[in-house]
Amino acid sequence: MLGLILLFPLIGFLINGLWYAVLQAPQGRKKAGSLATGLVASSAIFLSFAVGVVAFVQLAGMPEGARVIENNLFSWIKVGGLSLDFVLRVDPLSSLFVLVIAGIGTLIHVYSIGYMSHDETPGRFFAYLNLFCFSMLVLVLGGALPLLFLGWEGVGLCSYLLIGYWYQDIEKAKAGKKAFIANRVGDLGFLLGMFLIYTTFGTMDFSALREVVVQRFGGMAPAGAELAAVTGICLLLFVGCTGKSAQIPLYVWLPDAMAGPTPVSALIHAATMVTSGIYLVARLDFLYALSPTALEVMAWVGGLTAFVAATIAVVQTDIKRVLAYSTVSQLGYMFLACGVGATGAGVFHVITHAFFKALLFLGAGSVIHGMHEEQDILKMGGLKKHMPRTFLVVTVAWLAICGLPPFSGFFSKDEILWMAFASNQGNRVLWALGLLTAMMTAFYMTRMWIHTFMGSERFDHHKVHPHESPIVMVAPLYVLAVLSAAGGFMGVPHASWLAHWLEPIVPHVVPAEGVNHSMEWVLMAVSVAVALLGMFAAHRLFRDLRRPEALKARWAFIHKVLWNKWFVDELYEGALIRPIGRVSQALWRGFDVAVIDRIVLGFGRASEWSGQTLRLAQTGSLQAYAVFLLLGLVLTLGYMIYGLV
Amino acid sequence: MAWFESHLLSTLVFLPLLWAVAGLVIPGKFRKTHAVWALLGSFLVFAVSLRLYGAFDAGGAEFQLAERAEWLPSLGIAYLLGMDGISLWLLVLTTFLTPLVILGSFSAIQERTKEYYFLLLFLETGMLGALVALDVFLFYVFWEAMLIPMYFLIGIWGGKDRVYAAMKFFLYTVVGSLLMLVAIFYLAYAHKVQLGAYSTAIVDLYRVNVPGGGWLSVQSILFLAFALAFAIKVPLFPVHTWLPDAHVQAPTAGSVILAGVLLKMGGYGFIRFAFPLFPEAVVLYQPVFLGLGAVAIVYGAWVAMVQPDIKKLVAYSSVSHMGFVILGLFSLNSIAAAGSVYQMLNHGVSTGALFLMVGMIYERRHTRMISDFGGITKVMPIFAIIFMIVTLSSIALPGTNGFVGEFLILLGTWKTSPWAAAAAGTGVIFGAVYMLWMFQRVMFGPVTNPENEKLRDLSGRELAVLAPLVVAIFFMGIYPNFFFEKMEPSIQRFLERAQVKSTETAIADLGRN
Repeated sequence: MLGLILLFPLIGFLINGLWYAVLQAPQGRKKAGSLATGLVASSAIFLSFAVGVVAFVQLAGMPEGARVIENNLFSWIKVGGLSLDFVLRVDPLSSLFVLVIAGIGTLIHVYSIGYMSHDETPGRFFAYLNLFCFSMLVLVLGGALPLLFLGWEGVGLCSYLLIGYWYQDIEKAKAGKKAFIANRVGDLGFLLGMFLIYTTFGTMDFSALREVVVQRFGGMAPAGAELAAVTGICLLLFVGCTGKSAQIPLYVWLPDAMAGPTPVSALIHAATMVTSGIYLVARLDFLYALSPTALEVMAWVGGLTAFVAATIAVVQTDIKRVLAYSTVSQLGYMFLACGVGATGAGVFHVITHAFFKALLFLGAGSVIHGMHEEQDILKMGGLKKHMPRTFLVVTVAWLAICGLPPFSGFFSKDEILWMAFASNQGNRVLWALGLLTAMMTAFYMTRMWIHTFMGSERFDHHKVHPHESPIVMVAPLYVLAVLSAAGGFMGVPHASWLAHWLEPIVPHVVPAEGVNHSMEWVLMAVSVAVALLGMFAAHRLFRDLRRPEALKARWAFIHKVLWNKWFVDELYEGALIRPIGRVSQALWRGFDVAVIDRIVLGFGRASEWSGQTLRLAQTGSLQAYAVFLLLGLVLTLGYMIYGLV
Repeated sequence: MAWFESHLLSTLVFLPLLWAVAGLVIPGKFRKTHAVWALLGSFLVFAVSLRLYGAFDAGGAEFQLAERAEWLPSLGIAYLLGMDGISLWLLVLTTFLTPLVILGSFSAIQERTKEYYFLLLFLETGMLGALVALDVFLFYVFWEAMLIPMYFLIGIWGGKDRVYAAMKFFLYTVVGSLLMLVAIFYLAYAHKVQLGAYSTAIVDLYRVNVPGGGWLSVQSILFLAFALAFAIKVPLFPVHTWLPDAHVQAPTAGSVILAGVLLKMGGYGFIRFAFPLFPEAVVLYQPVFLGLGAVAIVYGAWVAMVQPDIKKLVAYSSVSHMGFVILGLFSLNSIAAAGSVYQMLNHGVSTGALFLMVGMIYERRHTRMISDFGGITKVMPIFAIIFMIVTLSSIALPGTNGFVGEFLILLGTWKTSPWAAAAAGTGVIFGAVYMLWMFQRVMFGPVTNPENEKLRDLSGRELAVLAPLVVAIFFMGIYPNFFFEKMEPSIQRFLERAQVKSTETAIADLGRN
């Protein structure tokens, strides 16, 4: 049955891909409609979602603790004692991810029918979209690390293809390549971590691995070499996560990923791809729990990423760029949660974030669509009255990401902050970092919301006629708005359905000894207050556009650093990319050609010289060598026949 | 027919040559006829090679379909053929690629077609012979026989620096081969001393005890003589510099065969000869070759990155990919060894496809400079799709063939030496860098050069050349067990030989001198 979840998007990919390759591409790029191709792709992913729902219901009907469905499709690689089966497995954790991926994926597909209606090659677009969902589903359904890696690399490929979808713009193509390569750097960590798991525990299958780990350690903390191995595994795999889930130091690809069509951004930022790092950590929660060092690294990297990305988002003026950095920041939150041992809270935030971030991106897409491809929020304003429906749904998403109750973001964010404060691995500094980020999030999201929908209309009325998007685009937004508004209730504190559902995979964490439980309510009030403060500050500041300008002039240096994203891209360019290029040039011209070739040709000249001296050949070319060869052969053979026998 | 059935390997090996000789009666002016004749012949050879798949029993004897005829009995040299699960797939790779390059040459080769196709088929006989020869001397004859047609293919139909490239190719290979020849004679002689008669049959030579132990012991020296010949063929850093020139100057078919099959002779040589004959030396030199393999992977990738010529870039990528083969073999465990054999097949398919595609755009534009292109996807969308697939195979994306090989090699190497695996693993990153950067500059962006605006997309013939390779890329990526089932016992035997004998030698050494 699980095979069907993969089969549908795969078939959709093949239909649209062949449609493009066989019918459209060879005949002078005749325009194909987005409706037919989009319907094929949307139904494919919707069917996948339907099977996912069936699987979910079946799981729910099973006794707790035994909730798993496994399908062994075929033997993939079996050689030299290694046996890798193509095993799909769905359990409480992966079932949730399947629903999020296929569910939100379906909405994004439907939305794309409208968004891509003017595109020349929608067949190609929808084929990639289906392949993207297919890869992501392989990632979460794969029962062993190499299978997860198949999906892991697959989403890397699809992001490459989709970010660079408009390949004729070289900058977009470059952004796609950057995404692939940043991901590949992380993938090396993933690969090595996977190898270390294999050599340490002798299996790469998740359930077998879990058994081995439980047997070997049985609740005891590992020590010595074994602890080092576990920490090594966790850190190497986390390197993979920093690539795929855009954490420091590999996050640089994600902001550029907005070069792709907006539905793709929604897919990458919300439903697929970036959540895979969290999924991996949650899947291997039983290993991460054994390594305090790895957890601490993860918590700090997450916390710092959340903070740094938020500082950058504060000054960006491209609507998609603001959202992109907010994704990086929110992902940092999730890793912060995992790092303090509250993996369940991280997964919770994955889900709520998927709702409101998909909504924000699709809403932004609707704005961009209505504004004739304008993305600069400083050139918008007052769109409230032109796009009332989009305004409504984006407002819901905005409240959700700011963390106001009862919107979904509030519940998950608050749980993360509480755990950062109260869990065994948490501490005050991490909590303060999270809180500060929460305030900045409220601030920059409010800024974006005000610049886009409120205030005066700053666009050229002669050229731009803002209009509401068609129903095929707006309808999915309504669905997401409902989810963003109410999705948090699956994880109400102390009565969390989600935490209970995930219990067999991700044990529920309890606050550390000595933490006062009434603090939970105090901190909740603090985080709401902080969010309100951020929103209020933004409201005061951006009501009059001259004020931020004055502020910008006064703090020009800081603005410059933030505007240029802390110059991290420039740092990588100068410290890594250029030096490697120079070394490569030097190796080629300075070693290959100048040293090795000279030695070899030296041999050649020496034999040429001797050849001429001995008058065995006039030219010293091929004949000379052939004669040498033959002569040597005859002499040796003669020696052997007559001299030895 | 019964004779053919009992001499399947001889039939396979000499069919191309006989077919080529028969083709000589076609007058030189019928250019198309030569091509078609060669194509038919190569198809026939491929069909014969498929019989091998059915005839080979993975659970059976080590060498199967053996044939023996006396040749120079006083020297113990015999015409001895046989194959195992490793040579099976290399044979099939050879017979699979040959029709494709012949079909791919239809439009590119207009001059001296008679000689051209004769040499291609002659070359095929040489390659197939080397893969089934179980007598070292016979192997050497086939090994050298490959050299001659390849030399002429580069020297006559090559680019403007073809003579330089052909000379360099010849020089390198001959130096290596001659040292190997001396080592072969030593082995034959040692066999006589120890076991009473000359022999160059490898199963006999496996029993010869060669004193080992030190870095410069006899075994080490002989190993190095063999290893140099094979390393040059692979080509392993630092004896790889003939490859970029040979590839760039060779006609497309030459490059494909060179990369697809000839380089594999190096890896095959290590497997069949260097490892089982000199196990102690292999263990001794293991760190050196692991290091060279890892260096080759990174070095090849870095140098590939800065190449302005697509073909040279692909050539350096071969250095990188074949470094994986060496790394896997010297890891001396079954996972890595299986990966190495698989990587050889993969490299034949993907790099073969890359060279064919480079040849196709060269025919259209008469340039291979990356800077002359840009935005080709817009004008050649079908070409772009296939080029993308082949690129992904080259950078070892899971689901394609390349992944299976690199994954197994790195996993196996990790068991032996985590540092070598980690260093080699960076090749995974740089591989993506040079391939995708090249792809971006050639295929993406706006069409800036007006000469690129009217390029026609792939023709039906070109599609027919590439389609089997694309199918192979996915088939080998998704169902590698099809191949492993046949080769696994041979890989186990190879490893046993490479390990068991070292203790055997140590005991038997006492009786020497």
